[in-house]
Amino acid sequence: MNGCVAQSPTGGIEGAEATGPVALSVEGVSHRYGDRLALDRVSFSVSPACFAALLGLNGAGKSTLFSLATRLLRIQSGAIRVFGHDIQAHPGEALRLLGVVFQPRTLDLELSVTQNLLYHAALHGMGRREALKRSAEALARVGLTERGRDKVRGLSGGQMRRLEIARALLHRPRLLLLDEPTVGLDVKARADILGHVRRLVAEDGIGVLWATHLLDEIRPEDDLVVLHQGQVLSTGKTSRFVAAAGAEDLRSAFTRLTGAGVGSLAP
Amino acid sequence: MRPDALTPRRGFSPAEYARCLHGIVWREALRFVHQRERFVSALVRPLVWLFIFAAGFRQVLGVSIIPPYETYILYEVYIAPGLMAMIQLFNGMQSSLSMVYDREMGNMRTLLVSPLPRWFLLCSKLVAGTVVSVLQVYAFLAIAWFWDIQAPPVGYLTVLPALILSGLMLGALGMLISSAVRQLENFAGVMNFVIFPMFFASSALYPLWRVQEGSPILYRFCELNPFTHAIELVRFALYGQVNWTSLAVVGGCTVAFILGAVFAYDPARGFVRRRPTGAEA
Repeated sequence: MNGCVAQSPTGGIEGAEATGPVALSVEGVSHRYGDRLALDRVSFSVSPACFAALLGLNGAGKSTLFSLATRLLRIQSGAIRVFGHDIQAHPGEALRLLGVVFQPRTLDLELSVTQNLLYHAALHGMGRREALKRSAEALARVGLTERGRDKVRGLSGGQMRRLEIARALLHRPRLLLLDEPTVGLDVKARADILGHVRRLVAEDGIGVLWATHLLDEIRPEDDLVVLHQGQVLSTGKTSRFVAAAGAEDLRSAFTRLTGAGVGSLAP
Repeated sequence: MRPDALTPRRGFSPAEYARCLHGIVWREALRFVHQRERFVSALVRPLVWLFIFAAGFRQVLGVSIIPPYETYILYEVYIAPGLMAMIQLFNGMQSSLSMVYDREMGNMRTLLVSPLPRWFLLCSKLVAGTVVSVLQVYAFLAIAWFWDIQAPPVGYLTVLPALILSGLMLGALGMLISSAVRQLENFAGVMNFVIFPMFFASSALYPLWRVQEGSPILYRFCELNPFTHAIELVRFALYGQVNWTSLAVVGGCTVAFILGAVFAYDPARGFVRRRPTGAEA
């Protein structure tokens, strides 16, 4: 696996593609809510062991894309594949390789931290012994070992997010989708979570699609997909995107490309 | 990266299905234990009918000896099976509605990203809801026992399969309704257009022969109402008997409603409807 890891400024999507199927491929996906076109022929791919940022303002179509990729919405046209498995035709194979952290919280507040993990494990058909073992490991990784018996309601926002990430990784997926996972968190919790996910990419070789509208979460060496009003405006390295726009940083490149006012972007 | 990790085997083993079902039922039971208010309100409703309505109505309505009863019975004894089915009716509507709409949306996402087939996940959810409704019914029966509504001891065992079947039917009906009918946005709508008509046009509160005397048309409606058959199935089972007609109707409706619900179920409805402006789309 040479090249496309978040830390490496060299290499790229092309290098990783040669070694096997792409982690996520979105092919000509369009989606309508009634008359409104939410996604318009969206195509891009995420390579294994890559950190790809999906950058877009609120309403750009990020959450719709996530709902399609997890079969919460039916795909109207186009195709989405996870390691070559079509999410519509073979959802079982695709979902086994996929972990998701949705933007809204999806934990069971009344249940304990461990119970939430065990529930997820059961949904993946995991045996109880294996589930307990993996839960303990997962909690250790996100520093929540002490909180295993506590009700989720008592966790902080950052802890809940860490727990959701731990849960999404419990079945050992090869691709992790995160939909604005740091929204509403304080600076430290944001940095913790972003650092944790970047380590998953670098150390475990997990492909990550990180949807965000927060520019400071994106590094120059990250792959970038710019989604604006349901259309993909650009794909490729962030640094190239900035250079191509003739801008000095991502913010001005994004503003120049989309015509979005600076005020609508977070720092 | 192991190559085999990227080509997971097709399909799922019976053990995986079993663990998934167990996990879904286990979670529902845990939530049920944690949510005492839900439990209490599910019990208070039939008890109000029993303690107040039935006591007041006892003198108005005489009940003759009809199967499965072998003696004259108090009105309270007559309506008990109807109230048991009512518990399941409310439970079925509530849990199915909350499945599609707001409150459990987050949990539905968790459920539906499971790789197991969606029909299986929905059926497991139905089974879980049914288990909870059966627990509620037994709690009601326990209280009713002290109110002198006592079935033969074996009846408490024989009623179990009837309750499971009627619980599945009503849960599936709730899921079908919430998937298929767009107007029923809130529980008040469901109360007015589903629960009340089903409950009152049934044999819950009065034997059908009395309805027939009053209105032959209403009698036909009551006869065609699957809820009537759920009640009669439970009523007979509580006395160790099988009402074959009702069993056939409830069984057939259960299969039909489940097929319809799985076919019509669209997980997107809840959140698409809530964000018509696409603020987060």
